[in-house]
Amino acid sequence: MSHFLPGFRLRAEGIVALYPHARSATLPLCHLAQEQDGYLSANAMVEIAELTETTPAEVRGTASFFDLFHLEPVGTYVVGVCTNIACLLAGGLELLAHAERSLGVAVGETTAEGTFTLEECECLGDCDVAPCVQVNCRFVRTTTPDAFDSLIDQLRTGAIPEIPRFGLLSRVRRSVGLAVPTEVIATERARVAAEATSNDRAAG
Amino acid sequence: MAKLDAPQIVTSRVGLDDGHTLARYLATGGYESLRRALSMSPAAVAEEVDAASLLGRGGAGFPAGRKWSMLKKDPVTYLVVNGDESEPATFKDRLLMERDPHQLVEGVIISAWALQVTAAFIFVRGEFGLGLERVLTAVNDAYAHGALGLDIFGSGFSLDVVVHPGAGAYICGDETALLETLEGKRGFPRIKPPFYPAAIGLYGQPTVVNNVETLSNIPWIVLNGGRAFAALGKGRSTGTRLFALSGRVRRPGVYEIEMVHNTFRDLIFDPALGGGTTDDVAIKAVIPGGASSPWFGPDLLDVPLGQDEVAEHGSMLGSGSVIVIGANDCAVRAAWRLTRFFQRESCGQCTPCREGAGWLERILRRLETGGGRREDIDLLLDVCDNIAPGLGWPPQQTTICPLGPSIPSPITSAIALCKDEFFAHVEHGGCTDG
Ligand SMILES: Cc1cc2nc3c(=O)[nH]c(=O)nc-3n(C[C@H](O)[C@H](O)[C@H](O)COP(=O)(O)O)c2cc1C
Ligand code: SF4
Repeated sequence: MSHFLPGFRLRAEGIVALYPHARSATLPLCHLAQEQDGYLSANAMVEIAELTETTPAEVRGTASFFDLFHLEPVGTYVVGVCTNIACLLAGGLELLAHAERSLGVAVGETTAEGTFTLEECECLGDCDVAPCVQVNCRFVRTTTPDAFDSLIDQLRTGAIPEIPRFGLLSRVRRSVGLAVPTEVIATERARVAAEATSNDRAAG
Repeated sequence: MAKLDAPQIVTSRVGLDDGHTLARYLATGGYESLRRALSMSPAAVAEEVDAASLLGRGGAGFPAGRKWSMLKKDPVTYLVVNGDESEPATFKDRLLMERDPHQLVEGVIISAWALQVTAAFIFVRGEFGLGLERVLTAVNDAYAHGALGLDIFGSGFSLDVVVHPGAGAYICGDETALLETLEGKRGFPRIKPPFYPAAIGLYGQPTVVNNVETLSNIPWIVLNGGRAFAALGKGRSTGTRLFALSGRVRRPGVYEIEMVHNTFRDLIFDPALGGGTTDDVAIKAVIPGGASSPWFGPDLLDVPLGQDEVAEHGSMLGSGSVIVIGANDCAVRAAWRLTRFFQRESCGQCTPCREGAGWLERILRRLETGGGRREDIDLLLDVCDNIAPGLGWPPQQTTICPLGPSIPSPITSAIALCKDEFFAHVEHGGCTDG
């Protein structure tokens, strides 16, 4: 029994086919599993191991290295507040403390109804709009406590189109598989190399 | 006086609402450079890049042309784009990926032609949801437009480009850790030698790794010639460069300006650039090139924004991020937060980095929150000296990658510039800044 639902399984196989070695698909497949389940489950890792020709332990070993992979369920919205240097100077620690009070959870926790998980982030790269807040890897540009609260209210009462639910990292999918057969690459590169040598000879 | 008459080489479209679309890209000269490049020989394209003496924009500043010439001949070679941008307060590659992704893709295809690589991968930092969507769309559209895939523009050249999402780990910005991640493993930097992926890279094959901004310069260089690029800037620092300005400035943002002809003071104070400090506060320190770089005091504001010029003063231009720390900002807190960043992001392979970062973070935290001791300042310096013996710049390498030996930068800088603040923290039982 596949853990990936049929549509997801098909996409998973398409992703594996993009790489010279199946194992390279590990990160994209972990993202895909999170898109399906909202987090990275043990069953998903078993299937990713099968697809990438590795073991579930290796997949777990890789996945657990990365902050974006959650091996336990998280909220529909993962809210990240940056407190790194540019945000620190702009009141990032204070905004994070406000977020804790406002959501009623500490950093790393999920609200009781499962809507929000709060995280303290390293620099997210939106330093001219500091302190920087992201929801599900989207910049929301709420730099004040009030703006933060109204965003949370909005998310509580309904979705915001620009912010997908957690796990859906990219709403854009690759539209084509690999277009160039390996033999074509080999032949073409050999032809260009031969041309270069004959030009050199002509020049020299 | 700031010198602002240089052309916008990589930011000509970032101000447009639709600069990321294929239609706008084509309407503004997009993919002309690729056509030009395909009419030239790969070696001729590489020569233009060499003539431009384009320095890598990812942090190390290695000349791109030289790196390209080091790519070992092999039937299978790769080009990998480093879009992992996670150096604190660096936010220029994200701008390029979100706002002008076709420029990057065109740069990648031209480079792939020059290098004759088998395939190319664009690694995009996981947290950049929009950036990822924009780059993916650009790649999809480039295939549909005939700029990617089989027989590009009827030239006989064929190429596949795969966009690869990261997943949140600063260390994957190191090119060898990035390659490990691309192979589906943890982001552990590789043990050197081999020193250069150009000899042994992705899957053990020769690989060129270049930064997003570096490759975004390529279309302009091919269209205008390497010499036109080299005519801008001075000495080894040619062309323009993106500077990400943040902290206590009125107009934080990303500015493309000519190298060397402008100083830190120009960048921070020119009305068209930073516009001065917030509330005209005095400057306590400037971090000139990302979290890893040693800080400059206010006496060094007139140092030109050039690679060698900054290096001469004991720091580095690094990732091009300039952070302004104001007179009222707590230096201990800043050093503590940056150290915590390194401690969280250390991959844990090397003892000096893994353990050292933890110790330093704990000492700085107790200084900041009360519980610090007078001896802590010497203790900090002693631990720093264990990580990077001699505390010089560039630091002595004691670890697998440069992250470890960079940890002392904010600490030794803060102590050198603001030692009194550390003692005040001891006396007042912590930070009095609130
Ligand atoms: C800890 C660490 C983090 C790095 N982060 C980045 C990064 O986010 N982006 C980047 O392009 N280069 C980064 N680099 C530099 C890369 O290793 C590499 O030098 C660069 O991608 C090469 O491209 P360039 O020559 O075009 O600059 C980092 C290096 C280290 C040691
Ligand atoms: S220096 Fe630090 S980050 Fe770099 S390899 Fe060693 S432990 Fe990992």
